This record gives sequence, structure tokens and C-alpha cells, in this order.
Amino acid sequence: MSHKAAPESRSVTTLSQRLLAPGDGLRQWWSTLSRPMKWIFGVGGFTLLALLPLNTPGFIDTPGISFGGTMAAFVMVAIIAIGLNVVVGQAGLLDLGYVGFYAVGAYTVALLTSPDSPWNKMGPTGFLSKDWAWLSCVPLAMAVTALAGLILGIPTLRLRGDYLAIVTLGFGEIIRLLADNLSDITNGSRGLNEIAYPRLGETEKLPNGVFSSGNSMGHANYGTWWFWLGLLLIVGLLLLVGNLERSRVGRAWVAIREDEDAAEVMGVNTFRFKLWAFVIGAAIGGLSGALYAGQVQYVAPTNFNIINSMLFLVAVVLGGQGNKLGVIFGAFIIVYLPNRLLGVHLLGVNLGDLKYLFFGLALVVLMIFRPQGLFPVRQQLLAYGKSARKLLGSADDSKAAA
Amino acid sequence: MIQECVEQFACQAANISFNVDGLLNGFWQLTVDGLSWGAIYALVAVGYTLVFGVLRLINFAHSEIFMLGMFGAYFCLDMILGFSPSGNAYSKGVALTILYLAIAMLFAMLVSGTAAVGLEFIAYRPLRRRNARSLTFLITAIGMSFVLQEFVHFILPHIIKGYGGSNAQQPIILVQPKTQFTIFGASVSNVTLVVIVAALVLALLTDIAINRTKFGRGIRAVAQDSTTATLMGVSRERIIITTFLIGGLLAGAAALLYTLKVPQGIIYSGGFLLGIKAFSAAVLGGIGNLRGALLGGLLLGVMENYGQAVFGTQWRDVVAFVLLVLVLLIRPTGILGESLGKARA
Amino acid sequence: MRGRVARSAFALGSAGLVVLGIAGCNQSSPEENKAQANLKIVEQVQIDENGAEVKAPEGVKAADPAGDGKATCPPVSIAMAGALTGPDAALGINIKNGVQLAIDKHNAANPGCQVQLKPFDTEGDPQKATAIAPQIVDDQYTIGLVGPAFSGETKATGTVFDQAGLVATTASATNVTLSENGWKTFFRGLANDGVQGPSVANYLKNTKGFKKICVVDDSTDYGLGLSTAVRETLGPVAESSCNISVKKGDKDFSAAVTQIKGANPDAVFYGGYYSEAAPLVQQLRDAGVTATFSSADGTKDPEFVKQAGEASKDAVLACPCGPATGTFVDEYTKKFGMEPSTYSTEGYDLGTILVKGIDAGKITRPDLLDFVRTYDGQGVARKYQWTDKGELTSTLIWIYKVQ
Repeated sequence: MSHKAAPESRSVTTLSQRLLAPGDGLRQWWSTLSRPMKWIFGVGGFTLLALLPLNTPGFIDTPGISFGGTMAAFVMVAIIAIGLNVVVGQAGLLDLGYVGFYAVGAYTVALLTSPDSPWNKMGPTGFLSKDWAWLSCVPLAMAVTALAGLILGIPTLRLRGDYLAIVTLGFGEIIRLLADNLSDITNGSRGLNEIAYPRLGETEKLPNGVFSSGNSMGHANYGTWWFWLGLLLIVGLLLLVGNLERSRVGRAWVAIREDEDAAEVMGVNTFRFKLWAFVIGAAIGGLSGALYAGQVQYVAPTNFNIINSMLFLVAVVLGGQGNKLGVIFGAFIIVYLPNRLLGVHLLGVNLGDLKYLFFGLALVVLMIFRPQGLFPVRQQLLAYGKSARKLLGSADDSKAAA
Repeated sequence: MIQECVEQFACQAANISFNVDGLLNGFWQLTVDGLSWGAIYALVAVGYTLVFGVLRLINFAHSEIFMLGMFGAYFCLDMILGFSPSGNAYSKGVALTILYLAIAMLFAMLVSGTAAVGLEFIAYRPLRRRNARSLTFLITAIGMSFVLQEFVHFILPHIIKGYGGSNAQQPIILVQPKTQFTIFGASVSNVTLVVIVAALVLALLTDIAINRTKFGRGIRAVAQDSTTATLMGVSRERIIITTFLIGGLLAGAAALLYTLKVPQGIIYSGGFLLGIKAFSAAVLGGIGNLRGALLGGLLLGVMENYGQAVFGTQWRDVVAFVLLVLVLLIRPTGILGESLGKARA
Repeated sequence: MRGRVARSAFALGSAGLVVLGIAGCNQSSPEENKAQANLKIVEQVQIDENGAEVKAPEGVKAADPAGDGKATCPPVSIAMAGALTGPDAALGINIKNGVQLAIDKHNAANPGCQVQLKPFDTEGDPQKATAIAPQIVDDQYTIGLVGPAFSGETKATGTVFDQAGLVATTASATNVTLSENGWKTFFRGLANDGVQGPSVANYLKNTKGFKKICVVDDSTDYGLGLSTAVRETLGPVAESSCNISVKKGDKDFSAAVTQIKGANPDAVFYGGYYSEAAPLVQQLRDAGVTATFSSADGTKDPEFVKQAGEASKDAVLACPCGPATGTFVDEYTKKFGMEPSTYSTEGYDLGTILVKGIDAGKITRPDLLDFVRTYDGQGVARKYQWTDKGELTSTLIWIYKVQ
């Protein structure tokens, strides 16, 4: 029996496999690369992506909406997708109220820096001065959201499966309704305006820096700058999450996802690791919320509704639950496609309107034919996998030679 | 600094008005109104609870089945019976009005029942064939919910002119609400009476169907242990279809009653919130338990009304979600506990 | 066993029918089939901030976008940004149609000067708007903008247009704080909530003489802001026991109705949109509340009358938007197959002002900005002249009645 990386058997090619073969082929090729090669391709790929807004080819460009702005939105949803992937894809906890963490992160930054907020703590100097406010608020937002994840997780993580899904859905809505109703604390539905953002590159033409909404001319507009910032954060997050995946924590998550009772029996403290997944996922969601607050500079409860929660779930499921690169692709699809098709009319119906219809259909079809998503997570040895494969491969060779 | 933040928060949070007087003054009126809303929640909750009991699946798209029922009722009144929307109350006399209502209810039940069975065939059966995980079922349910909503929102207007779209349907008002009598100071209108009585009758019929008939026994058998039930000669697939059908029929009836109460509520998004509340009701009473769903529905309707009297009308929806979360945390099996599968002599 | 079940089911069913019959019998004698009431929202009068009625000046004609027919200009475009899809699309589409009508009339009459309309769909979402604003500003041919439509999106994008020097006239964003950001390019084509609120409150209090008014809001930015202004201006006339907040999206207002009925007011003012105002007024009338129903521009929409039916009769609606009168109505209806609705007139008037500027030779952004800043003329809805903050100098509110 050979232990070499065997190509998937093509003898049973159903229609779905043929349709989705490019994804599998790509994954196959990726897994044969060595670490340094993966890094080179990764860095190259990201650089190309970063340069895309500066010189957008015609068929990719989005008429009617700024490409940089679309990319900025994509990057924020990608970060959310990575966070949600930790919770849903890696630990297997279905969280339908993830938008609540997004809201907590955005509101933390907004409450501390918006002049409309009763909690505005901005001052002329120090950590919360105009120049540093946003940057100081980001770790604070992540911490507060992680705390929220802890508070949410402790009572609810005793539940399993569908019950957990519904409880998290309930919590997500409660957070939004609280933000809406407690107008003395959060300014209610009026929202919080003029939130701080990073001040960088202040010149005469751009008195507020490259991240302010004043920077709207040309290709390197503020959307593009937020996109670059987000890309950097994504790279950092991928490293972090990847490390977690290969560590004891990651293995515990896989065990919990596959069979929680068996994991418990084998000595994995499931409750603790589930809580960790929740907290880490929440912190990542809070990070994205902070980015959102800084970019749009206006936070109101209406954006954090259940529909968006479902949309984030679609990104994760579409891309491939458990696959951190796959979910980024999923996020790209759900942000980019509707913007690309904005204003395209077919038989009198504006295709941009039908965004949810298409995503719903995509979900249903995908769940029937390919529930693992477009880029499924591989079953693999998580630690020492490569060296194990090499050893076994060389054992095969020597056996063959003998 | 932390201390002042906490004090500030506590003072501001206490600004939620605690209007207990309002509750005590209008107690019976609130109870009566709450019961009529609760009746509608109860009927929809039965759909959730039956499907969960038999399939262990939360049918997220049930709220859209309800919404389709509303449009079905409207279609019947509009196209088949020939009333034209003008916002006027038609009084054709009592007997005729009840007849028209009954026809509209039957039609709504037909539409909803068909939609529910269709949903099972299109979305859930292929997954069962492939032995999918429960997570997959839930995601498919969410997807179908989107599809049905957006279908009514954007595609229906192109199929039937004047139906669907972003605005609610122009209401056809068959029954003008009039107070029939007062009980303990609470005025009971004819609409409230119709809703409660109709819901009661349907609920009792369903209870009889589940607990006293042969196919009801089949449903309980499959809920308890589907493999053994199959060995005993119960066709699992047929029972599943029947379960969805019953849920759909009741949702259609609830849809008609809802349009009696809120004639302006026929809109593509009209099912969503009600579905979540009905699901909370089912969980509250004990998911998988038929009587629990009915009890939970009535209880939720009443609690919601009290809550909005005490805290202010904008907190109405929060009450439902908070109840849901509390029940799931404290007693996930609900008030009456899961019992669809329990054997009854 | 079968027989027993069938019999009890039958018994139950017939018992239910009997009860329903008794319930129905208690209805009073059947009313005559009410004649199909053709209710419409009809303009009554303009009022100023004190609620006093102001007669419109006689014989002043609205500006005509066709101009003198002899204008020449290089290809330029006017952008329009607003919610063209999504739940609030009706308002955005009204504005777009208004602007389109003005531009098309101009282009038809002036073959030497063809102006293009570039619509942008923001879905009413501030984040989307922040991505669209750069697109608008980036296009060198766009020298003017009508939009954004909603206050939220305007808040998020005002700085973009200010920095680009692109004149941004809004046909519908009524939030008071928008003009206080120091944006040189912001021009509001109608009175803001800070004017509408006190005006209608004073009208109800002084001119109509109501002594007890219940004020209800829908907890949204717009509704709450408006209702707060109304409550403050009404002072003691606003009955504190029925000071209610409902939620947008609600359809059942039984608790609110019970409260209002208990307070027995002369009038009920609702700050919010038509999709809630319609069921609210219906339920009020069903409960026997005969107080005058009053609301503002969010309710002034044909949908309100359609959905509330008879219950909307005699409702008093305020709106900074002007009525669509005369030839404008006919032209609009002929072109778009539907009647002009809320903000269509503002869209038309603002579009007219911008094309008039282009006709006068203002074909760069700074020139057009200057033209709008110094403009003084009559539109279909009102006189247009702006303060240096971008607010109209004459802030009259229109009062409408459903009749």
C-alpha cells in the first residue's frame, strides 16, 4: 500500500466533482508544495491582490461603485469569515449571531471616540488623542468583544447543535435591540458619527490623511488604503490561526468537531476549548468591527441584523468550513459578486436585487452536492504530518526496492 | 474611572421605564389581546415542534411557509372571491362572511401545505438520502428561507401583477373589528373571538389527530424510534410528508387569522419575526411536545404584551428573544418537556 | 375507534362554527357596502414656523429646465445617488425620476447641450455609500450631484463631496445636524426636521387649537428626532401619559392603542413612516379613537392611503416637500407611468437648478457650486435660495389632508 500523496481517484466522476474539479486540483497542487514554496506563492499572491485596485482590468472592475471600497468591504468580511471559521469550521459550533460580536467591536470604538457618544474619552494628548485614538481603540475593542464572547459562551456552550445555533441567534438579536433601545448609552437608532480613524500621510491635499473619506480621488483612494491595512491584518491573523490549528488547541477543536463525546472520553476538556474558540472568534470579529467603524465613521444598529449574520455564515460555508483560505474566498464571492452585478438588468429584474436569492440557492445546492464547501478542509495529520509522510514514503520505496 | 463608568451605566440603564401601573391598569385587556396573538403563535409553533420531534430538525423555513399562506389567503380573497382591495370593510352579513373566511382559510392551508411538502421534497429529502449532518440541514433551511423571501420580494411581481414587491399588499378587510362584550373590563372584539375560537378548534383537532388516530400513532412511533417503526410497518417517508403537511396546514390557517388581525401585514418579510417568536414559543413549551407548543404560544403572546406594557413598546421583541435564551439556558426541554416520542398507552 | 374519532372531530368542528356564528350575530346590523372611497392626499396650505398659514405668492412660475433652447455645452453629467433597490427604494426612485424628467426635458429642448444622468444605487446603506462616493467624485465629467437620499448616507459621505468640491444637493435628507458639519458643498432642497417638527406642532396647537395631543415615534433616527422636536414645542399640550415609542417594522400596536384610548386625546401625532402609520391609524379607528391623526413626510405617500383605506380619512400630514402641481404631474405620469410621489418634486427642482447652471455656462465644479450657492428662483414646490450653511432661506412646510 503506497503512502505517497495519492491523487484522488477519478474513476467515479459525478457531475459535482467534475464541476468543482478546479478547486480540488488547486488544493492538490497546493498540498504538494513545500513550506518555503507556499510562502513564496502566498506572498506573491497577496502582493498581486494588493496591487489590484491600482490597476484594475476591465472585466474585474466594478462600475458604479468604487473598486477600492469594494475591496475594503471584502477584507472586513474576510476577517469576520476567519473568525467565524474558528467557531463554526474548526470547533464545529454553529453560531448564528456572530454579527453581535461585529457590533460590539464597532460600538466600542464608536462609543470611545465619537463626539455624539456620552462615553467619548478623546483628549488632546495621550493614547486617545486624535492621531492615536483609533489605533489605541483596536486592542480595546478586541478585548471587550472577547469579554463579550466569554460572557456569552459560559452559559450557552453547554448546549449542542441546533440549540446552540438558536441561542446564539437570540443573543445576536438581543445585542442589536439593546443598541437600538438604550439610546442614552448608545444614541439608539441615530447612530454614532465621526468616529476616529488612523491618521497617516497627512499632506496639504489630504489634510486628514489617506484613511479619511476625503481621499476619494484616483485609485489609491481611502478604500484602497483600508484594503491594504486589512490585508496586513489578514496575513497576521492567518499566521496566528494557522499556529493555533497546528497546536494542541487546534487538535482539540478538530476532536470536538468530529465527535464531542469521544473527545470528552479521551480527556479533552471540551467546555474549555469550546470557550476558547468562542473567545478567539469573538476577538477577531471585534477587530473587524473596529475596522468597519473607522472606515464608515458612522455606526448604527440597523447594519447589524440577522441577515448579515446569515451572510457571514454563507461566506464560511461556501468557502469551505475549516479552511481558513477557503473562507476568504467565500467572503470575496459574497462581497464582490453583488457589487460587480450592480445595475445589471436581466428580464427587467435588477440582478443586484437578487443577491439573497442567489446566495440562498447557492447554499441549498451546495449543501446537497458539496456540503464541505468549495475548498474543503483536508483530513490530515496535524502535527509532524510532513515528516510522517516522508518517512512512510521512503519506507515504501525501500520496500519496493527490496 | 471604571467606577464612574459603572455608575453612569447603571443610572442610564435604569432609565428603562418601569411602568408597572400600566400593566396593572390594562391587565385584562393585555391578557385578552395577548391570548389572541398567542393563538397565532401556537398554530405556527406546532409546525416547528412536529418537525423537530420527528426529524430532529429546526425547519427554519417554516416562517416562509406562513408568509406564503398569507399571500395565498390574499390571492383567494382577491382573485377567486373577487373582493377588490380598497381598504373598506365589506359586510355581507354574518353567515356569508364566515363562509368567505372559511374558503380563504382552506385556500391558505392548501398553499402552505403544498409549500411545506414541496420544501421537504426539494431541500430535505436529498440531504437525508446523503446522510447529511444536522448542521447541513440547518444551513439548507436558512438558504430556502432566503430563496422563498426573495422570490416573493422580486420575482412574484413579475408573475402576478401587484403581488409581492417591497410594499405590503393593499389590505382587503373582511371583518370590521367591533367589541362584542367586555370581560373584567377588557373589551373582546369579534376578530379576537374568531382568532381564538378558530385556533382552539384547530388545535384540538390536531391533538386528536396526533394522539387518537392511526397515522398520529405512526408519527409518534417515528419520533420515538424510526428504525423500529419501519420494522413495524410504518412508512417513514410517508410519515415525514404527513408531518410537514400538518405543520403547513396549521401555518396556513394561522396566516389567515393573522391577516384578519393585521390586514397590512402581508409582505415578503412578514413571516420572519413571527417565525422566530413561534419557534421561541415551541421551545418554551417543550420542543417536540404538541401541547407544549400550544401552551408556549399562548404564554409567549401574553408575556410579550405584559412586557411591552411594563418596559415600553419598543421592548416587545426583546421579550421574545430574552425568553428564548432564558428557556434554553435554564430548562432546554421546556415547560412540558419533550414528549412527542413518549409512548402513550 | 375510527368512528369515535370522526364523531368527536365533527362535533368539535360544528361547535366551533356555532360559536363563530354567535360571535358574528352580535355584530350590529350589516352596514351598507361603503362606496369605494377615492381618498387622496390633497395639499391645503403652507405654514411657517409658528404654525400660521401662509398664502402662496400668486402668479410666480416655476423654473423650466428647457430654458431658451439655445444652450451649448461640452458633455457633462449630473449624478444621482440614493436607494434604488432594497426596502426603501421607492423614495430613491422618486428622486431619480424627478431628476430624469428635468434632464430629459432640458436635453430635448437643447440639442446643443446634452447632459447625462448617472444614477448610483446606495441601497440606503452608509457603508455602500462610502464606496460609491469616490466613484462619483472620480468621474471628471460629473459636475453636480442630487443626493444622497437618506440622512445616514449623507452623514457618511458629506466629507467626500466637500473635499472634492462637488456640489451635493439632497432632495430628502432632513436630519438637522447635516448642515452643521461645515460642508461647503451641502445644500438641502427642503426644510429639515428641526423646522418641520416645531412648525407642525405649532400648527396643531395654535391654528387647529388641539388641547391634548399624544405623540408617538417609531424609535428611528428620523422618527425620534421629529417627535422630540414636536414634544418640546407642544410643551404641556403633549399628553405625558401617552408618550409612546413603537418600533419600525411592528404591525400590532394594541398596547399603544390601549394607552391612547385611555388618554382620550384631541389628536395623535405619529413621527415615522407610512408602513407603520397605516396599521396604527387603522387600529386606532377600530378601537374607536376619533382623534385627528397627524403625521409628517415619512407618512405622506400614496401607500399610506392605500393601506389604511377609510381609516386614513381626514388625516393631517405635514411635509417639507411641495405638492406636485400642474403640468409637472402630467409630464411625470406620462413619462414614468406612475404619479409623482414624495420627493419627486424636489428631485425635479434640484435637477432643474443644476441644468440651469450648466446652461449658464457653469461647466466646472467650482463654477456650478458657486451658481447653486447664489441661486434664487422659484421651483414647482417652493422658492429656492440657500444660506451659507446650505439650508433654505424660506422654510415653509406644506400641510396636506387625506380627503
